[in-house]
Amino acid sequence: MKIKIVKRSEQNRFVLVIAPFIAILFSFVIVGIFLYANGLNPFSVFKDMFVESLGSFYGFSETLVKTTPLLLCGLGVALAFRMELWNIGAEGQLYIGAFGASLVALYYPINNHFLMLLAMFLSAGLFSGIWGMIPGFLKAKWNVNEIIVTLLMNYIAILWVDYLVYGPWKDPKGFNFPLTKQFPDVARLGYYFDTRLHTGFFIALVLAFLFYILIEKTVWGYEIRVIGNNPNAAKYAGINYEKNVIIVMFISGLLSGIAGFSEVAGVTYRLQHGISPGYGYTAIIVAWLARRSALGVLLVSFIMGVLFVGNDALQINYQLPIAFINAFQGLILFFVISSEFFVNYRISFGEK
Amino acid sequence: MMVEILLDATIRAGTSILYATLGEILTERSGIINLGVEGLMLIGALSGFYVSHITGNLYLGVLAAFILAALAGMIHGFITVYLRANQIVSGLALTMFGIGVTALFGKKMIGIPLNGFQKIEVPVLAKIPIIGVFFNQDILVYFSYITVVILSFILFKTKFGLKIRMVGENPGAADTAGINVYKIRFFSTVFGSGLSGIGGAYLSLAYTPLWIENMSAGRGWIAVALVIFASWYCYRAMFGAYLFGGINALQLRLQAMGTNVSAHILQMLPYFFTIIVLVIATIRLEKGARVEPEGLGLPYDREDRR
Repeated sequence: MKIKIVKRSEQNRFVLVIAPFIAILFSFVIVGIFLYANGLNPFSVFKDMFVESLGSFYGFSETLVKTTPLLLCGLGVALAFRMELWNIGAEGQLYIGAFGASLVALYYPINNHFLMLLAMFLSAGLFSGIWGMIPGFLKAKWNVNEIIVTLLMNYIAILWVDYLVYGPWKDPKGFNFPLTKQFPDVARLGYYFDTRLHTGFFIALVLAFLFYILIEKTVWGYEIRVIGNNPNAAKYAGINYEKNVIIVMFISGLLSGIAGFSEVAGVTYRLQHGISPGYGYTAIIVAWLARRSALGVLLVSFIMGVLFVGNDALQINYQLPIAFINAFQGLILFFVISSEFFVNYRISFGEK
Repeated sequence: MMVEILLDATIRAGTSILYATLGEILTERSGIINLGVEGLMLIGALSGFYVSHITGNLYLGVLAAFILAALAGMIHGFITVYLRANQIVSGLALTMFGIGVTALFGKKMIGIPLNGFQKIEVPVLAKIPIIGVFFNQDILVYFSYITVVILSFILFKTKFGLKIRMVGENPGAADTAGINVYKIRFFSTVFGSGLSGIGGAYLSLAYTPLWIENMSAGRGWIAVALVIFASWYCYRAMFGAYLFGGINALQLRLQAMGTNVSAHILQMLPYFFTIIVLVIATIRLEKGARVEPEGLGLPYDREDRR
């Protein structure tokens, strides 16, 4: 008997659809083994995860709360992926957006609710957009590796927020906790149904819709896709690669920055240490699993939202560390990209 | 003497990055990008610490760090070399996995003290002014000097090294010449990952003999950037790692001296500095002849060979 790997002449559509689900199933099995090795019962851990995140109206609303930043950051990363740009800096861009929004909320006394939120939104978008544009500019001008630059900028952004909340912006009445004073009421997004579900979620939905229109229905979106598929062909067609890299990185950063705005204005009502438990990193998985489509990003960010709410419960019930979710997500990614092998190849068993 | 104190701190801060950079150079020379360095360093740091703690033997800890990081690197190697998956995504997954898994298993290790590697003076050499600092370090630092020499020798002076570089430059041609591209790439990834693991172990066994969650703090990414700075050469990696170590030492020194500048701002310096260095190195590389392995980042598939 001989095992042979044969390249498929065309992709297998059935495998393409089913592969991610099997991949996720496999990661549950492995995570289960890890949990068991840590002396926990994997079945009750998984059951708790799903009951907490989907088993009640409140749990469901919490899942949507976590879906919001993942959706926004996911869109940002997916846009960059569209033209083969690796924006791994969504985490930092989220922090810079949160900083931009807080700057307005804390230091510019605007009394009109709508105007205040609009100003926060714009400030968040502007700061994070420019923050994202820096690696875009370096990439366009000198072909500097955007993966490393965006990644290192995450550390700088997080330290910048830490500097503020431990230093000049620290709430004097905050019992020495690393947080700013609370935003005034005009600087808070509305919430619904006595849950923590806030307007940020709906803003994210609108932006996801705009993303879809922009990418699928406009000439510019088409250009971006052409660049992503074949940069050389794009050049021949007269599409300006450098300019588009900078614009795409601006919008990509902006979208993640809006996630920062939505978190401070909708959830925490203040800037604080550790405002994101890694939404920006998860966004990379979201964008990859979603195959860069808006609807896909929506679906996958919801699934990841389930994991985040579930993880919160596990922290409380089983004292599992926050970073536990990272191991889970890493495994999901491993299995998903491994499964893609079977989309393009088939393994045949048989006599030589 | 002030210069010697700073130089000492520079070497100590640079060594863990040196190991990680060397590991990544080996891997990238074979054509595989591994963005999992950060995760591998954490796996190395925790397994080194854990094994040293339970056996009471630091050397066994280093060995465990190498083996466990190599095993984790095997995942990346298998997925990217044999399954031809996207190297960037796989590397990111490895980093996430490393962060998560070490947080999960490391919880019980937090706050446990460990008697780490101590300095050993090299006779005669340690007495030379200034240079002597290089010879009054712990064993892992000495081992890092040796690794630089050996790795550089293997890569550029042996037939095996030639094979590795060929596979990285042009896998199709290497295959035609009868070299097993898959095996060489897999080996380089696994061994390179092991070296990154020792870089992590340096942190938890010598630099700050403790286990702290996420203690690599971006050093893995700095190592990836330094590979470009070093233009894939081992001796330049040494220079780059110490350059970074110097910035870090200076930053810590300023903190200790109690400047008015906030610790958080000072902590940004190494990352900021690395970006600047990366930009300068890239501009230089773009202008001159490309030195990046031609086949870097591209999966190899025999059937696609032309």
